Amino acid sequence: MVILDRTRIETGEATRPPGVRVSRGYRVFQVVNALILTGIVVATLYPIVNIVARSFSGDGYIRSGKVSLIPRGFNVTTYKAVLSNGAFWTDYRNTVFYTVVATVVAMFLTTCYAYVLSKKDLRGRGVLVGVAVFTMFFSGGLIPNYILVTTMGLRNSVWAIALPNAVSVFNLLVMKAFFEGLPAELEEAAAIDGLNTYGTLWRVVLPLSKAVLATMVLFYAVSFWNSWFTAFLYMDRSDLFPVTVYLRNLIAGATTSTSVGFSGADAGVAGANIQSVTIILTTLPILAVYPFVQRYFVSGVTLGAVKG
Amino acid sequence: MSTIRTVEAPPDARGAVRRGRSDRARPRRRTWRQSLRRDWQLYSLAVLPLLFFAVFRYLPMIGNVIAFRRFQPGGSMFGENWVGLRYFKLFWHDPTFWDVFTNTLVMGLLTLVFCFPMPIVLALLLNEVRSRRFKRLVQSVSYLPHFLSTVIVAGVVMQFLAADGPVNQALHHFGHSPVLFIQQPGWFRSIYVSSELWQTVGWGTILYLAALTSIDDNLYEAARIDGANRWKQTWHVTLPGIRPTMVTLLILNIGTFMAVGFEKILLLYNPLTYPTADVVSTYLYRMGVLSNNFSYAAAIGLFESLIGLVLIVSANQISRRTVGTSLW
Repeated sequence: MVILDRTRIETGEATRPPGVRVSRGYRVFQVVNALILTGIVVATLYPIVNIVARSFSGDGYIRSGKVSLIPRGFNVTTYKAVLSNGAFWTDYRNTVFYTVVATVVAMFLTTCYAYVLSKKDLRGRGVLVGVAVFTMFFSGGLIPNYILVTTMGLRNSVWAIALPNAVSVFNLLVMKAFFEGLPAELEEAAAIDGLNTYGTLWRVVLPLSKAVLATMVLFYAVSFWNSWFTAFLYMDRSDLFPVTVYLRNLIAGATTSTSVGFSGADAGVAGANIQSVTIILTTLPILAVYPFVQRYFVSGVTLGAVKG
Repeated sequence: MSTIRTVEAPPDARGAVRRGRSDRARPRRRTWRQSLRRDWQLYSLAVLPLLFFAVFRYLPMIGNVIAFRRFQPGGSMFGENWVGLRYFKLFWHDPTFWDVFTNTLVMGLLTLVFCFPMPIVLALLLNEVRSRRFKRLVQSVSYLPHFLSTVIVAGVVMQFLAADGPVNQALHHFGHSPVLFIQQPGWFRSIYVSSELWQTVGWGTILYLAALTSIDDNLYEAARIDGANRWKQTWHVTLPGIRPTMVTLLILNIGTFMAVGFEKILLLYNPLTYPTADVVSTYLYRMGVLSNNFSYAAAIGLFESLIGLVLIVSANQISRRTVGTSLW
């Protein structure tokens, strides 16, 4: 694949020079195009805004199908009920804990391996790359993995979540591509100054790689924050669930508003929009950082597109 | 960490300087012994990641032998005694397996037909936008669903299609009685594919937009001089320009054909919609994890993985021969 010009991607510069004769047909197209794209924006946001509106709406308005984009019968009763719920907070804390541990493990392994793979004249490098890339196309499958994690006794511990998904090959290749782009002279200079390989990696390479490290941390953190199936498979007790599994049980009806722990009066009030409220609270951290980190994600993906 | 620390410290400075000098005058090919002595610190960094790949990626591949051996929960993870192709014959004659297999093919095909081309179309449309701010806005908004957990997406879909949700409100507006979409097998595929489209179309444009910026402006210039209008420029310059990206992503999509959104289907389906919604991966999940027929499920899983591997290898081969683009 072609090496990409990243600055142009980030500024979103148009490919074609402006100021060229514009035909009437093309002007009509511009208008239609703007309408289509506006339609896409609306279609993307509508379901999300609807959830937000529901989360603040009154029970009766929701059940009679009167809430679409604006909250009706505005109240925060359900928010209060969910936020004062012990089980919700336990699972929210679990999510934070799992995300942090899994991201640290993943970053350590990925950084070490990517650095090794970025050394072009290392003997056996091809094999080391192959070991990782092959797993992108063939995997052991669900059942052997399940048996492995169970046999190793990892059930009900953070390691069942952190270890089996510790290295994402895609992220590995992104990082490798970045390390390969660093000037070799810097590392040679570091070696002459008496730094060994570990020292070079820690004191020279990593400080120069802050941008890609931040991107990788975000990639991993978001994927662990969002993951639910691993926990669903390996966690047997509800006080070990991440909040995604809590939400899944709520949606699947395995947990009702009463069994979540709402007392009589609250349960009635919380009934109709408890799912919406939980959805909002679960996604909130991601929605909050999204506008600021979005471009890191984009640059990470385009960097990974350079053939691995 | 322990692996790294237990190895004794090297004579740093001298070793490094010697290495620096030998870099310039080194012969092209070193023996393994020389490489190990020179680069052992680098190799040591690879030890833990390799251990990860060995245990959590390659060991499960070997663990697939339980497809040929009787497995007992609590026993050896490689099974007890050899039963040959027994489990393969079992699922081969299992009508449910062929139902879910057909569902997988249909769902995979629908996903490919809708979710592969739409990002290309969207990228081309975005490429024609003159206003940078508008383009930014569309990009930011359409990328957003990619960052939501599958659980959230499933939740959003269910609320959206609920009896009191927006879709039924619209139906009500036109005098229609409410439809319980999520419980009707006839609706499942449309729901799945639209939600997949909602979640992936924006994010899928990134690579195409990147490829679009790398097309040489002179090509457009030349096409204009030859009298090509916008449409012809798109057809003769833009599309060939992003063809390598298209082919690469197509091969990757074909590779995941069999794995169709397992997690999302697991969240969205229910026994009422099994006739259209149940796919190979969800079936083997229920067979293995829920019903403890591990060997049976492993046999199905192995079959599925092999099909996936064959698909991606042949797609890659075909594309290398015909368009000259390939993953490896």
